[in-house]
Amino acid sequence: MNASSQPGSMWSAAWALAWRELIRFFRQRTRVIGAIGQPVIFWVLFGAGLGGSFQPPKWAAGLSQPLTYQEYFFPGVAVLIVMFTAIFSTISIIEDRREGFLQGVLAAPVPRSVIVMGKVLGGTVLAVIQAGLFLLVGPLLSYVGLSPALQITLDPVPAILAALFLILIAVELTALGFLIAWPMNSTQGFHAIMSIFLMPMWLLSGAFFPGGGSDWLSWIVRLNPLTYGVAGLRRLLYSGTLPVTDSLPSMPVCVGVTVAFSVVTCLICVKLVSRPMTHNVT
Amino acid sequence: MSDICISAASVSHSYGETAALTAVDLEVHKGTVFGLLGPNGSGKTTLFRLFATLLPLQAGNISICGIDLKNDPASIRRKLGVTFQSPAVDPRLTVAENLLCHGRIYGLSRKPLISRIDELLEQFSLSDRKKSIVGELSGGLRRRVELAKGLLHRPEVLLLDEPSTGLDPAARRQFWDMIHEQQQKEGTTVVLTTHLMQEAETCAHLVLMDKGRVISQGSPQTLQASIDGDRLSIRSRDPVELRPVLESLLQVKARNVGNRMCFRVPDGAAALQHVMSTCGDRVLSAEVACPSLEDVFLEVTGRGFADDVLPDDVLQDSEEAAS
Repeated sequence: MNASSQPGSMWSAAWALAWRELIRFFRQRTRVIGAIGQPVIFWVLFGAGLGGSFQPPKWAAGLSQPLTYQEYFFPGVAVLIVMFTAIFSTISIIEDRREGFLQGVLAAPVPRSVIVMGKVLGGTVLAVIQAGLFLLVGPLLSYVGLSPALQITLDPVPAILAALFLILIAVELTALGFLIAWPMNSTQGFHAIMSIFLMPMWLLSGAFFPGGGSDWLSWIVRLNPLTYGVAGLRRLLYSGTLPVTDSLPSMPVCVGVTVAFSVVTCLICVKLVSRPMTHNVT
Repeated sequence: MSDICISAASVSHSYGETAALTAVDLEVHKGTVFGLLGPNGSGKTTLFRLFATLLPLQAGNISICGIDLKNDPASIRRKLGVTFQSPAVDPRLTVAENLLCHGRIYGLSRKPLISRIDELLEQFSLSDRKKSIVGELSGGLRRRVELAKGLLHRPEVLLLDEPSTGLDPAARRQFWDMIHEQQQKEGTTVVLTTHLMQEAETCAHLVLMDKGRVISQGSPQTLQASIDGDRLSIRSRDPVELRPVLESLLQVKARNVGNRMCFRVPDGAAALQHVMSTCGDRVLSAEVACPSLEDVFLEVTGRGFADDVLPDDVLQDSEEAAS
């Protein structure tokens, strides 16, 4: 019954940490409500409130019916759910350190990259479950008058592709959250970064508005890696029929940028955890 | 095969400009209960963290179970069971979930792990708490879960940092019985840090630490026997006034431990008689005892051990020991 450091046991250790994340999440009902409830409320309220002043972007011209704001906002809300879940999952790093759990893992005979793998795996599973649930249930709100009828088509193949793409977005955002949370000592610090960095990142990704209003704004949108996540998901929800425009990059570009950003953030995370830090031990 | 389980040679460590350890040398024999005793800031926890491979080794050499710590910390981690001062169990998970998660992190496969968990829960009388959420357990039970967690992979060395922190006397005694049982049953080498004399006295071998240095080492009995004379402790209603009187009577300086005055005297019985016949009406209680580990510390450093720890804590411990 000896412990080993084979790749199999690394995955088993990472899965153990991810499994812990899932138990912790589902045991805190307020977290479940917070992560999915708030984006849904945003979707319904902003959708109803901003609908009148919304100008559909160029790529929507070919749709059979005019694009409503709520429909435009739909993939953005799914990405917001992924972002909130990623934030809540990675903020627990700070709690793990404070509560002492982290030092137990650091003293175990596994590479420290297991901590990254466990968090990213756990955060991704949670994010995909919740965002996937929203993508399935969201369109049904039209039956109770809380949203207009959506034109999205979720056939089996695009639905599977959308789920896979959601996994990519979740990996990218969880790893991003991890590298922000890891050096921090307090959850307050993380909230500050969330307000000045993560939320604007989402706002300027084409999730909330098309962003073609001014040159500087469209440049920020174009440089934002999350733009490619939102655009890719949007494309998959319309079965890849949307035209390529400035604000809606092509699918290969979306996949390429999202994969590249996921890999880079994960590598930075592994690098960060491998550095010994005295504040990891309490 | 060598009998040495842990050896440290010229180990130094500093946090920025502050030196936490200076040229520490020590050897821990296999299958013993080994204590690092010192006040807060003596460097014992830094040494513990170095042994646990949580801090990088800056200077000197450490070898654990014949493995060099600098070259192969991963192999050392497999031999270690670690229990930290602050709890490392997840308060939101049940006892079984915590052990399962930890066992998987240590690479144990599911089936043997589950039977090992049952075995340890039985050993630590936790079987009926298997499905309890850890955060809802008492401090004593939580410590037992920690201990079970540290022993899941049958480590050769068990490292404990201030293991009885936050435990009441009964839970502390129970915890210690379990540690000794484990050491006798499986021959596990136990290395612990403590600032409690009562805890230190149960170790087979002790290293006294102060300001990052090893100041003395040996069995508690050897250390205590290294000091001549007795200790006379006196409690009085008016210690401020009585202190100079007693000091001149006994020709020795007093030192405060809690609400008592302690004197080191060559012949305790004679000193006690002398005090009682001269000012017995002002004495509430008096006690003659052999020198304690605290006296050893005082002898070597010139400072009281309790100067750095809460006097009440020490007092409470000595009272528990007496009761």
